[in-house]
Amino acid sequence: MGVFIYDSTWTGFLSTIFEIFERRVRPVNITTVGRYMPDVFAQPLHVTTDEVKAERVLAGIAKKISAPAVRKLYACFLSELPGIENTLYAYIRLVFAMKESPERAYADPDVLRVSQVDKMVHREKHRMEAFVRFQLTSDDLYYAAVEPDYNVLPLILNHFKRRYADQRWLIYDLRRDYGIYYDLKTVEEVTLSFNDKSTGSEPSIPLFHEEEALYQALWKDYFKHVNIKERKNDKLHLQHVPKRYWKNLTEKFNLLMW
Amino acid sequence: MSERIREKLQILTDAAKYDVSCSSSGSSRKNKNKGLGDTGNGICHTYTEDGRCVSLLKILFTNVCIFDCAYCVTRKSNDIKRVAFTVQEVVDLTLNFYRRNYIEGLFLSSGIFKDADHTMERLVRVAKKLRKEHNFNGYIHLKSIPGASDELMHEAGLYADRLSINIEIPTESGLKLLAPDKDHKEMFRPMNYLKNEIILKKEEKKLFRKAPLFTPAGQSSQMIIGAAKESDKDIMYTAAKLYTGFNLKRVYYSGYVPVSNDRRLPGLGSAVPMVRENRLYQTDWLMRFYGFGVKELLNDANPHLDLDIDPKLSWALRNLSCFPMDINKVSLHEILRVPGIGMQSAHKIVAARKFQKLNWDHLKKIGVAINRAKYFITCGSRQFESRDLSAMKIKQFILGGSASKYLKIAQQQLSLF
Repeated sequence: MGVFIYDSTWTGFLSTIFEIFERRVRPVNITTVGRYMPDVFAQPLHVTTDEVKAERVLAGIAKKISAPAVRKLYACFLSELPGIENTLYAYIRLVFAMKESPERAYADPDVLRVSQVDKMVHREKHRMEAFVRFQLTSDDLYYAAVEPDYNVLPLILNHFKRRYADQRWLIYDLRRDYGIYYDLKTVEEVTLSFNDKSTGSEPSIPLFHEEEALYQALWKDYFKHVNIKERKNDKLHLQHVPKRYWKNLTEKFNLLMW
Repeated sequence: MSERIREKLQILTDAAKYDVSCSSSGSSRKNKNKGLGDTGNGICHTYTEDGRCVSLLKILFTNVCIFDCAYCVTRKSNDIKRVAFTVQEVVDLTLNFYRRNYIEGLFLSSGIFKDADHTMERLVRVAKKLRKEHNFNGYIHLKSIPGASDELMHEAGLYADRLSINIEIPTESGLKLLAPDKDHKEMFRPMNYLKNEIILKKEEKKLFRKAPLFTPAGQSSQMIIGAAKESDKDIMYTAAKLYTGFNLKRVYYSGYVPVSNDRRLPGLGSAVPMVRENRLYQTDWLMRFYGFGVKELLNDANPHLDLDIDPKLSWALRNLSCFPMDINKVSLHEILRVPGIGMQSAHKIVAARKFQKLNWDHLKKIGVAINRAKYFITCGSRQFESRDLSAMKIKQFILGGSASKYLKIAQQQLSLF
């Protein structure tokens, strides 16, 4: 079996596909640097990420399947699920093997899996569009922390850029330790250094705008009073707002205390 | 200052919460010139503890009201604290909630203070200020006040994404009994005006791309369920009339939550008819998306929906002669009529069967509820339900095999003892 190790980027993954097709290896196992478990019998190949090769693979796929189907593959990749690369590889093999696009052949296990994982990732994307809670800091930055199950910041970027075009904002993924920052012109990927001890004795608590506490209180009031007690339904509530999201939701947690 | 605004928000939220509409979809307002906000498919930003979506800031402008409708908390004769927002307060709340990504927009309703025109004018002023002064492109849902002038309704249509008038009670006689100040005719008038205006503006938009938007998300309405003694047939026939007669986008069904000890109404403490409400929504969906006619689902022989089973299954059991269907052959339209197959599964089946014949395994993986569907279909597998079962028998098998989610709650409680 050919074991391929790549750098866990999308370009790296597509480069891997290129290498596999060029070397005509089968069967294969694609894994990332972080996930690879050394194996006595396997001779792993470390793939060099190559923009040109990645571009060629993507163009080849895009020629055979529809644009939404290509986006599905990218969404699946962002799921970061163990082994999803192998599913994607099987799907891509199918794309090049068949005359017409297999994107709707839901009876095929890999096609169905891609469609299901895409749905999971998009559900998380949609949740993030809903659950981001900005807090206004004293220097007029709208800041929100998130911890999504999948790496969905690349998918929500345009939504927030379109919607909040007239305010500076930063959405930070605490789990993956990077964020997206909008400066009224473009969105950039940023990494923050929280609790940077080298700067001395200054506390690293962000200062909130003077109105922030009032609006958080008003939102909590609203959330509490729009509820109809006679219709209480905890099961449904938890199904829609699972507990793992609570710590970043204004209405569920006191965000100002940290 | 902050205590004052908090109190107002609490009171006027409490008064607005019985309006169940909270949708923020169906509009396509774009963010222009680096303004604030846009609208799209709608997002539920959170859910209350009763499991309902929170998408909009849903408040009354004031709970001062000259009407005395028995089913309403803000009725004139109810002894509660009355307050009112200022236009600026509503604007500030909306903008600040929106900027923090709490909401998709504003749903503004109001008690009728003084008269219809005064009330409507105030609602329009809020919307106008948001759109014109703050370049706000989020969602705005305004209540149309029955009796307001055409000019005001027209202006409302220019700024709002959706307008709605609640029918409240499905039958005219019920309405006369519970809300003597209101009648359906007065509600239908502005509804009709808006319907014609929306059609006109859509035509204009086709000719001139720059023509302004006019109520792009259309109109909606709401009926209270279980307050007057109406049948499910009364409710759904009225709904069907609203959909076809006035092009409504949505009709909402709101189980009556007891708010008064009035003898004409179910007493305080009686249960909210949630299962019934659920069945009505299912019927609504069957009408709007699954190609069912209202007369197929409810008629003089069956004026009420079966609370144990969903309306599609109940229709199928009454029409066993239409089944079994061969899932690999029949049209999408027919697949949609099979119990246990939803919209998405139906589309997936039609797409996937072009590549190969589908069997039970495929159907299961695609997401079909086999436990219900198996009595009504055949597929690429040899085994299928070959017994000639009666409708009663099928219902028993299905109910025996899967307890309804409402039943499950009851069983859990029993097993404690």
